[in-house]
Amino acid sequence: MLDECYYKKADEIIASYGKKPSSLIPIMQDIQAEYRYLPGELLTYVAKEIGISESKAYSVATFYENFSFEEKGKYVIKVCDGTACHVRKSAPILEAFQKELGLSAKKHTTDDMLFTVETVSCLGACGLAPTVMVNEEVHPKMTPESALDLIHELRGDRND
Amino acid sequence: MGVITIDGRKTEFTDEKNLLTIIRKAGIDIPTLCYHSELSTFGACRLCMVEDERGRMFASCSEEPRDGMVIYTNTEKLRKYRKLIIELLLAAHCRDCLTCEKSGDCNLQTLAKRFGIMRVRFQNYKEQMPLDFSSPSIVRDPNKCILCGNCVRVCSEIQGIEAINFANRGAEAMVMPAFDKKIGDTDCVNCGQCRVFCPTGAISIHHNRTEVWNLLGDPNVRVIAQVAPAVRVAVGAAFGLPKGKSVMGKIANVLRRIGFDEVYDTTFGADLTIMEEAAEFVDRVEHGGALPLLTSCCPAWVKYVGDQFPELTPNVSTCRSPQGMLSAVTKEYYRDPANNPDGRRTVMVSIMPCTAKKMEAKRPNSFTEGGPDTDYVLTTTELIDMIRTSGIDFADLEPEASDIPFGLGSGGGVIFGVSGGVTEAVLRRMTEGHDQETLDKIAACGVREDEFIREFSVPYKDRELNICVVSGLADAGKVMEQVKSGEKSYDLIEVMACRRGCIMGGGQPRLAGDRTKAARRDGIYKADHSSVIRKCNENPTILALYDGMLKGKEHKLLHNEMFCAE
Amino acid sequence: MIETREDLRKRTELANEEMASYDCRILVCSGTGCIASGSEKVYEEFMRIAGDTPGVTVEFGAHGSDAHLGIKKTGCQGVCELGPLVRIQKGDRVVQYTKVHPSDCQDIFDRTVLGDDTIESLLYKQKGVTYVSPDEIPFIAKQTRVVLENCGKYDSESLDEYLASGGFQAFQKALFEMKPEEIVDEVDRSGLRGRGGGGFPTGRKWKQVARQKEKERYVVCNGDEGDPGAFMDGSVMEGDPYKLIEGMMIAGYAVSSENGYIYVRAEYPMSVARLRHAIAELEDKGLLGDHILGTDFNFHMHINRGAGAFVCGEGSALTASIEGNRGMPRVKPPRTVEKGLWAKPTVLNNVETYANVPKIILKGADWYRSIGTESSPGTKTFSLTGSIQNTGLIEVPMGTTLREIIFDIGGGLKDGGTFKAVQIGGPSGGCLTKDHLDVPLDFETVKKYGAIVGSGGLVVMDDNTCMVEVARFFMSFTQRESCGKCVPCREGTKRMLEILEKIVGGKGEMEDLDRLEELATMVKNMSLCGLGKSAPLPVLSTLNTFRDEYIEHIVDKKCRAKVCTAMRKFVINPEFCRGCGKCAKNCPVGAITGVRKECYHIDNDLCIKCSTCKDNCAFDAIYIEA
Ligand SMILES: Cc1cc2nc3c(=O)[nH]c(=O)nc-3n(C[C@H](O)[C@H](O)[C@H](O)COP(=O)(O)O)c2cc1C
Ligand code: SF4
Ligand code: SF4
Ligand code: SF4
Ligand code: SF4
Ligand code: SF4
Ligand code: SF4
Ligand code: SF4
Ligand code: SF4
Ligand code: FES
Ligand code: FES
Ligand code: FES
Repeated sequence: MLDECYYKKADEIIASYGKKPSSLIPIMQDIQAEYRYLPGELLTYVAKEIGISESKAYSVATFYENFSFEEKGKYVIKVCDGTACHVRKSAPILEAFQKELGLSAKKHTTDDMLFTVETVSCLGACGLAPTVMVNEEVHPKMTPESALDLIHELRGDRND
Repeated sequence: MGVITIDGRKTEFTDEKNLLTIIRKAGIDIPTLCYHSELSTFGACRLCMVEDERGRMFASCSEEPRDGMVIYTNTEKLRKYRKLIIELLLAAHCRDCLTCEKSGDCNLQTLAKRFGIMRVRFQNYKEQMPLDFSSPSIVRDPNKCILCGNCVRVCSEIQGIEAINFANRGAEAMVMPAFDKKIGDTDCVNCGQCRVFCPTGAISIHHNRTEVWNLLGDPNVRVIAQVAPAVRVAVGAAFGLPKGKSVMGKIANVLRRIGFDEVYDTTFGADLTIMEEAAEFVDRVEHGGALPLLTSCCPAWVKYVGDQFPELTPNVSTCRSPQGMLSAVTKEYYRDPANNPDGRRTVMVSIMPCTAKKMEAKRPNSFTEGGPDTDYVLTTTELIDMIRTSGIDFADLEPEASDIPFGLGSGGGVIFGVSGGVTEAVLRRMTEGHDQETLDKIAACGVREDEFIREFSVPYKDRELNICVVSGLADAGKVMEQVKSGEKSYDLIEVMACRRGCIMGGGQPRLAGDRTKAARRDGIYKADHSSVIRKCNENPTILALYDGMLKGKEHKLLHNEMFCAE
Repeated sequence: MIETREDLRKRTELANEEMASYDCRILVCSGTGCIASGSEKVYEEFMRIAGDTPGVTVEFGAHGSDAHLGIKKTGCQGVCELGPLVRIQKGDRVVQYTKVHPSDCQDIFDRTVLGDDTIESLLYKQKGVTYVSPDEIPFIAKQTRVVLENCGKYDSESLDEYLASGGFQAFQKALFEMKPEEIVDEVDRSGLRGRGGGGFPTGRKWKQVARQKEKERYVVCNGDEGDPGAFMDGSVMEGDPYKLIEGMMIAGYAVSSENGYIYVRAEYPMSVARLRHAIAELEDKGLLGDHILGTDFNFHMHINRGAGAFVCGEGSALTASIEGNRGMPRVKPPRTVEKGLWAKPTVLNNVETYANVPKIILKGADWYRSIGTESSPGTKTFSLTGSIQNTGLIEVPMGTTLREIIFDIGGGLKDGGTFKAVQIGGPSGGCLTKDHLDVPLDFETVKKYGAIVGSGGLVVMDDNTCMVEVARFFMSFTQRESCGKCVPCREGTKRMLEILEKIVGGKGEMEDLDRLEELATMVKNMSLCGLGKSAPLPVLSTLNTFRDEYIEHIVDKKCRAKVCTAMRKFVINPEFCRGCGKCAKNCPVGAITGVRKECYHIDNDLCIKCSTCKDNCAFDAIYIEA
């Protein structure tokens, strides 16, 4: 059972889009933005509030890549593997992140919940390929080396 | 209106909504896995693709017919592509045909044979998932799902439940309840329609054949069968008899041969239901009570009300279903040592067109004295399987009569098998006289129309009774909303979860097209017509029962304390 | 509030005055690319410096003898790779600075803003030539900018700046001087074709919607820009949001729709922010809402964010997504023009398509037809990426050749590489090779060569690119993005990817090629939507043009571009090896043996191609043999 405050937050978000079936995606997006994941209980709650079946809400949530029922790390690192980045060698960058953090194609988040590493197909900064996005910030012209620097920098951040 | 050239032959068409229907009418059984005339067009299997004279390809299930079209349904390319599609489906499929519940009744298997797939060149990449046995009615085997979406659409579009849906996407797509819950933990009403529409073994009946076989050999048990009205019009076709022909007499014969001790007729239970329900209705109409009265003989519908419209529960009739009444009465009968001199345990096996009855049998509120009255429910399909196992030449059997005391029902009990039947029987009960003219008049009041929502009024004493007959739960949901909002007002609403009623129940043999549907319905009306007794209150055994064993026990045996599953 | 045409005229006049009052404008590029390179800090630094410098003001209004400076954030200025970009505009004189660091700002301020000097080191250079003005830079000079005309030149968060650059003139003209049919006609006559990939005539689409019986209609903009490696639409949305909205308003008026929806790709938060800002401002001023400019025309705009599904760029999936459903394409008919959003007639166009509309209305169909080719009039934006000297956003007339784009505008291949192919049309496109360098890029011609113009992604590939790997890459993309509804695409792309992975992994067999082709043609012909229909194109196109590379991978187990890891051969060059033994110690599988001080040897049957030895050899003695 989630804390009461989650439902309060959900109520706020639901109110801002209106209780209608078409609000499902924006509501889920805002919840995901708030908690960096989509708590399953909230999805059920939202479905009921906006008048759709739970299976429909689940069906929509699992269709789109952006929704995750698993908690993500403090830093969500999205390595671009769009065409422009791919031909400018984005794969070694992903490998560098995964290797450094002990992650893989199956395991995306570090046990200390600090980092989540995913791929994304294009961040719209293709001119600066290869790119990486950390939370909302785009980092241009990455290399495997600068990837490691970035991790160290972010780790240092925690000690502040 | 117009003419389409199909494989070089001109074919006229009128108002068919898609090319597929026209092609089929022209006698070409174009393969399909995801099309169903009662569901929205999905267009996912791509087997129904055809080619036009310019080599363009399109899906015939979703193409509007246009005058002058020239199409080919069986070109070399199409054959090659279709074959590859089937091979790809098989490659991502657990191909356990030999041990598959749907084997022999599986559209995928049939197509594999039709297209001569002799080799599958790809490995199955799918992770094997556990089967879901959580529902007493259906079993889900995700490993056999081909993602045609039929179940998803029938559950949402026709039943309005949406218990299952697609999850994930691409090659990871699956059909499942929300959060991959067990189907038994959802709002699924156990109607089994998904199983009827599922072309493969991904959804099948949760069968109880083994348990029943085991009992049949047990000398300490009196195994009693009761046979529902809709069963008798659906079994024959499986053994080469004409579609829709009522074969109750042969069923009684075969049941005895395979070891049942007594064969009763659920129409007897239906007669009891009418006695009670009509009385309840008249009482509510005349003395004020929650109206509209909602019928309660369909367990899927009863669960639906409880889940979706709990505020309407006081409106539901407190009557048990015919199955429930007959089982309770039978058990009570054999509780009397005079009727059970050898002290055998009595087991009631009810043979139903319905998967939801399996759930009803386990529902505590249909128990008497703390225990279930119906011990096992077998569907028509399971009965057919058992007859096949026995090897008995069913088609050739002599008809036999059912056993006394509960083997005789009226025609009014028989028509329970079709949507509108309950209402018609109630009206018969409430009307004086039983001559053909009176009965015809009742039949013509609107209760037998074709729509899935029928509204009509009948005069009763100095007023009109507004009646609504619905089949299909999505439509029932619509009607309930209208009732709640005050937009519509009725005195009686009959709901059957399955469209057209139990003849098209979730446990009936699949692959029933328009002709089968009509034949089953006609079979039921014919059986009614040829019954000696047409009205429940003229059934001598019913009257004797009320005068005897039932006295003072009507409430205990024939009603529910509360009706919905906890 | 701007309630009448007269109000709008006055407001525009005021905006023009403000624009004219600037002594100098500092335009800091704030496109996604430049922000990534740190342009926000540059902007802040300029604001700080201006605030600290006596005698200058950035506020509009009476500024006495103070110099009036405009420090503005603009959309993409085009050469993203050299960001952060800053443009200094003083009257007619424009200076383009590249790679500006906050520490450069004071210098720029003193020498170029206050003074008339330029800072050589920050100027654009190519092939030894230094360029001061952006318009002289060959990359920009060789383009024809219609859609991107204002992009990078004005503050994309200011309605006034948009008005000053001619904004809403077209809308006024449409609303007051043209009948809806005339607008549709004009667009039709202009020959504008959808820029979202299909090239469907826009005017015809609008006509079909206008013709419907149903009165409730919708105007939807496809800003999903799914092609990974393309960012034209994103640049328009963030750099010139008002223009897109104006185009949609004209469409709304033309087909009598009262509601417009923009569906923006999930990864474009900046586009969403700028569009939201613009919509809020227009609503605030009364240019969106009911009774716009005192007429009976009502128009409301809504924004929907994508949630990460490429297939939602497909029309029926997009509308399903707006409605709150899974983005699964549905069968057609009915088509979107009959039953689109909420089953109502719907005009669905791409961002760039709408962005072309205001100019067409203003300057007329004939003017538009004077650009581009007969069958494909107008310009096309492309995002030029990959192994190219100048990456960035470009706009050229339809019919421009690849050679002009790659060599004149793009400055040729990066690091002097050799041109091998260009992938055009993204994952649903195909590749053109050096044989096609002089082919004019327009809808028909490109199609003839097995590719499509698509949305406008141009990825240039040099000799270091393995075409089999590229085909695998695109297949893995489409396979991952398949919605899973129809069997050919769901299962077919999965199997095609398996085969490609097998070939790239060095385990391919010749019969795999037949299987690949068998699957590809089936998937192409039988799939339900454009994703599946086009998913096999990169494979078919590379199989056609680079079959020898496939065969090399299969028969010789060789990847000539040295990309496919499984086929790399690590070899020690005896000339350089000092026999230090470090590599043997490091090798995780013990594939290296040798005697100290003599050349070591790698057993390639054992080697797992991890590259540790090569990366760590102090003498660069280890190389990869193709
Ligand atoms: C899989 C798929 C993805 C698509 N993605 C986009 C897209 O990202 N942006 C776009 O404008 N059109 C996209 N399209 C094309 C649209 O379906 C549609 O044709 C287009 O938006 C119509 O606008 P236009 O006529 O202005 O080009 C896509 C089509 C398919 C089949
Ligand atoms: S579902 Fe059909 S094809 Fe699959 S195993 Fe069962 S019978 Fe065979
Ligand atoms: S059909 Fe063929 S595979 Fe199946 S049991 Fe018979 S012989 Fe064996
Ligand atoms: S049994 Fe009925 S309610 Fe349950 S999932 Fe199947 S169709 Fe839906
Ligand atoms: S369970 Fe059956 S009906 Fe449902 S999608 Fe799978 S194969 Fe189709
Ligand atoms: S309509 Fe009949 S078969 Fe269908 S669920 Fe109800 S009782 Fe069962
Ligand atoms: S082609 Fe692919 S994306 Fe399109 S409907 Fe079929 S499975 Fe979905
Ligand atoms: S590390 Fe380099 S120099 Fe040393 S043995 Fe290996 S190849 Fe030779
Ligand atoms: S590449 Fe790796 S595995 Fe191969 S020889 Fe070098 S260190 Fe060993
Ligand atoms: S491809 Fe990586 S940012 Fe576009
Ligand atoms: S029946 Fe037409 S696509 Fe499945
Ligand atoms: S984002 Fe600044 S030039 Fe493209």
